[in-house]
Amino acid sequence: MRAPSSGPEVAAGDVLLAVENVSLTFGGVKAVTDVSFDIRKGEIRAIIGPNGAGKTSMLNIINGFYQPQRGRISFKGVTRTKMRPYEAAHGGIARTFQNVALFRGMTVLDNIMAGRTLKMKRGLFWQLLRHGPALAEEIKHRAAVEEIIDFLKIQEIRRVPVGRLPYGLQKRVELGRALAMEPELLLLDEPMAGMNIEEKEDMSRFVLDVNDYYGTTIALIEHDMGVVMDLSDRVVVLDHGVKIADGTPDQVKNDQKVIDAYLGVAH
Amino acid sequence: MASETAASADTFPKLLVRNAKKFATRPAIRLKYLGIWQTWTWQQVLDQVRPLALGLHKLGIKRGDTVAIVGGNRPPLYWSMMAVQMLGGIPVPVYADAVADELAYVLDHAEVRFAAVEDQEQVDKILSVSERLPKLEQIVYDEPRGLRDYDHSRMHAISSMIADGRKALETDPQISAWLDDEIAAGAGADPCVILYTSGTTGASKGVLLTSERSIRAATDTVTFDKLTEKDEALAYLPLAWVGDYYLNYAQGLVAGFCMACPESPDTVMQDLREIGPSFYFAPPRTFEQMLTRVTIRMEDAGAFKRWLFHYFIGVARRYGERILNGEPTPLHGRLLYGLGKLVIYEPLKNVLGLSRVRVAYTAGEAIGPELFGFYRSLGLNLKQLYGQTEAFLYLTAQPDGEIYSDTVGVVCPNVDIKITESGEVLFKSPGMFAGYFKDEEKTAAAMTPDGYVKTGDAGFFDQKTGHLKIIDRAKDVGRLKDGTLFAPKYIENKLKFYPNIREAMALGDGRDFATVMLNIDLTAVGNWAERNNVVYGSYQELAGHPLVYDMIEKHVAEVNRSLASEPIMAGAQIKRFLILHKELDADDGELTRTQKVRRGFIAERYAPLLTALYDGSKEADIATQVTFEDGRKGTIAARVKIRDMQTEPVPAAVGKAA
Repeated sequence: MRAPSSGPEVAAGDVLLAVENVSLTFGGVKAVTDVSFDIRKGEIRAIIGPNGAGKTSMLNIINGFYQPQRGRISFKGVTRTKMRPYEAAHGGIARTFQNVALFRGMTVLDNIMAGRTLKMKRGLFWQLLRHGPALAEEIKHRAAVEEIIDFLKIQEIRRVPVGRLPYGLQKRVELGRALAMEPELLLLDEPMAGMNIEEKEDMSRFVLDVNDYYGTTIALIEHDMGVVMDLSDRVVVLDHGVKIADGTPDQVKNDQKVIDAYLGVAH
Repeated sequence: MASETAASADTFPKLLVRNAKKFATRPAIRLKYLGIWQTWTWQQVLDQVRPLALGLHKLGIKRGDTVAIVGGNRPPLYWSMMAVQMLGGIPVPVYADAVADELAYVLDHAEVRFAAVEDQEQVDKILSVSERLPKLEQIVYDEPRGLRDYDHSRMHAISSMIADGRKALETDPQISAWLDDEIAAGAGADPCVILYTSGTTGASKGVLLTSERSIRAATDTVTFDKLTEKDEALAYLPLAWVGDYYLNYAQGLVAGFCMACPESPDTVMQDLREIGPSFYFAPPRTFEQMLTRVTIRMEDAGAFKRWLFHYFIGVARRYGERILNGEPTPLHGRLLYGLGKLVIYEPLKNVLGLSRVRVAYTAGEAIGPELFGFYRSLGLNLKQLYGQTEAFLYLTAQPDGEIYSDTVGVVCPNVDIKITESGEVLFKSPGMFAGYFKDEEKTAAAMTPDGYVKTGDAGFFDQKTGHLKIIDRAKDVGRLKDGTLFAPKYIENKLKFYPNIREAMALGDGRDFATVMLNIDLTAVGNWAERNNVVYGSYQELAGHPLVYDMIEKHVAEVNRSLASEPIMAGAQIKRFLILHKELDADDGELTRTQKVRRGFIAERYAPLLTALYDGSKEADIATQVTFEDGRKGTIAARVKIRDMQTEPVPAAVGKAA
């Protein structure tokens, strides 16, 4: 069901996105300093680090929300200097947010349908007419959204306004909306924050399933170390905006610099 | 009629073949998938089951093999059952939510070589206990998601098996003829399913049922309730429970009606509304939840709507059941009820998905008369039945127009029921089980020498109505000193149906007369206290209030009156009662975690009260230790009053019928 997004195809295992020597400052505050790492096609890549390490800034740089002052980002082999979030979306990057960002008054179905906006070809005229090509298009997109609803097992809340749902389910709906874009790279900003153990287990299952079933490359920020170590193929560790480690979960876990950063040794 | 020809087909696969001819284009099974209801006709179902049977045969399933069916109500799992039966195998449905350990026990005990499962969750569960299941060879699954990286030498997708089988059947007429022979070779005396009882009392037992008997039982009830191919049921009960296998699978095949599978276990209420079944079964708890939901939503409605609702529910309570039972009703009552039907009852039933229900059953536990009356008064043909897995479900059921909240109905056609000296219900029925699988000893223990099956329940036939009443588990039924039957749960249930009474514990086994200890319901009685300007500071104070005692006394007197109207129970009327100074609590060990009263423990803990109940004193002192929510312990001391009751004369002329 994967629709190809723009740009050249990247084979599994090759570099999908590379960040090279990126620095970002807000006034005098250095958020990210000279960070380089890559995300390979088909992997689950975790970005971890203590509070204020620059993880969310990194995610915002990747999807074009922040413009780094220095460094380069290449996505699917195309190096870019400046990119807007909607360009990133068109290019196949979708994301979820640390604090759920859904349309609270709209139903689950409508929220996920909103994720298909970019794929709607018909203009306002046809949409208003609600007949002919627009209708056919709507049916096609609705079918895709129903696949996602089935995938995430949220059939029973299809018609429920998002604002009435518990937090854990809202997070799942947000994942659904990101999936509706059929992204090539999915950025998850703390997908398990504020969840209980059972909800975390469910969410972990869905992250793995997305990766396995849709073949989506995933970059995630997460605080729960157990989750990170279980889910991810490779981990990059940031501390005070600087990359201090990069490798498999096992390598990272035993890295002295990482242990120091988490346990708070004087710098 | 469907049921007449059913007798000629003695196995379920033969019935399927018959239905595919007779009801070819009628819907047989539905599933809501991706938000849209998909329908398979009987012909299409046969076209799925035949290739699947071929696929299973290729995996090595032979006549007499057991096959586990694990999962929710999915059409491919029902097809698997049919396909297994087609080959002469025996499906063994297992509860989808069984933990790995229970699953391992059943699969091991049933010696299954094959398992048909729903999804990855069930596959994982089976694989996690695979070392305990050396006999298990192959797994077939419905939902492929997440299973891509598994070892597929022992795993097969049901969909691809059907596709492969179809190709083989189309190209080779010999295979098709072979399959026809396989179906014809099935005999009525062959076992058709093993249903494992839930095992609340010890390890679960595998109840072995045979085809012909099952079909005969289902044919009887299909006739009893006049079910036809135009009916429709929602298949939402667990596959492993006799209810689903009987009500939906067996009756569906016999009558040719359609069963609809919900989209997911969580969407059942919505699916119910969309399907609008004409045959519906639910345990009392489900009906209670539905009513609670309606009540809560009505509280949120506007003042006018709320008034309208309460007014017409009042009308329904007054006249509804009388109209449904064909009793004389005043004209204005009929008119008001007609109006209520238009503005409240029908729309309400529509919201609940009960508009088209022609026959609804409830069973499993006692249903409160209030609750039962509510649905009846809306015009829902809700009835009670009594049965057991060993009987292949039905033993008694209420015929249309003869409905009472405290009976389980008249003996079903061709069922023979006997009640022993001690009050235990025994039966012989057309669907009677062939025995417990691999357990001669337990089979023998469950049977009487003359071939009746013991139910373990105590009951009696109501003289007025001829209906059976179940009073308690046989082992809990005791006798007063003079030999009168004493059924504690029967008395307790009667008391607990009053909203003011939360818990009750009846005493009397081996004593001179029956007494009860009660808990009042703090919400209900507190509400009453507020309206009647009764001031109280705690549960203890309210429970000991003389006015509360007066009110409860009236309830107990009514219970006595009702007991007196039943000759068998009349001797065990309540002579004395007391209201406990504290609520019975699971934290104090007085209730089980499932909120059942622990008799022995309470009798010990409240020994001074027990003595006082029988030595004639008017009050008694009691001090008990309690555990607070934060784990601290404290002591509550109280002086508890005891009330004497007037008992009704035993051969009562008047009294509530049933």
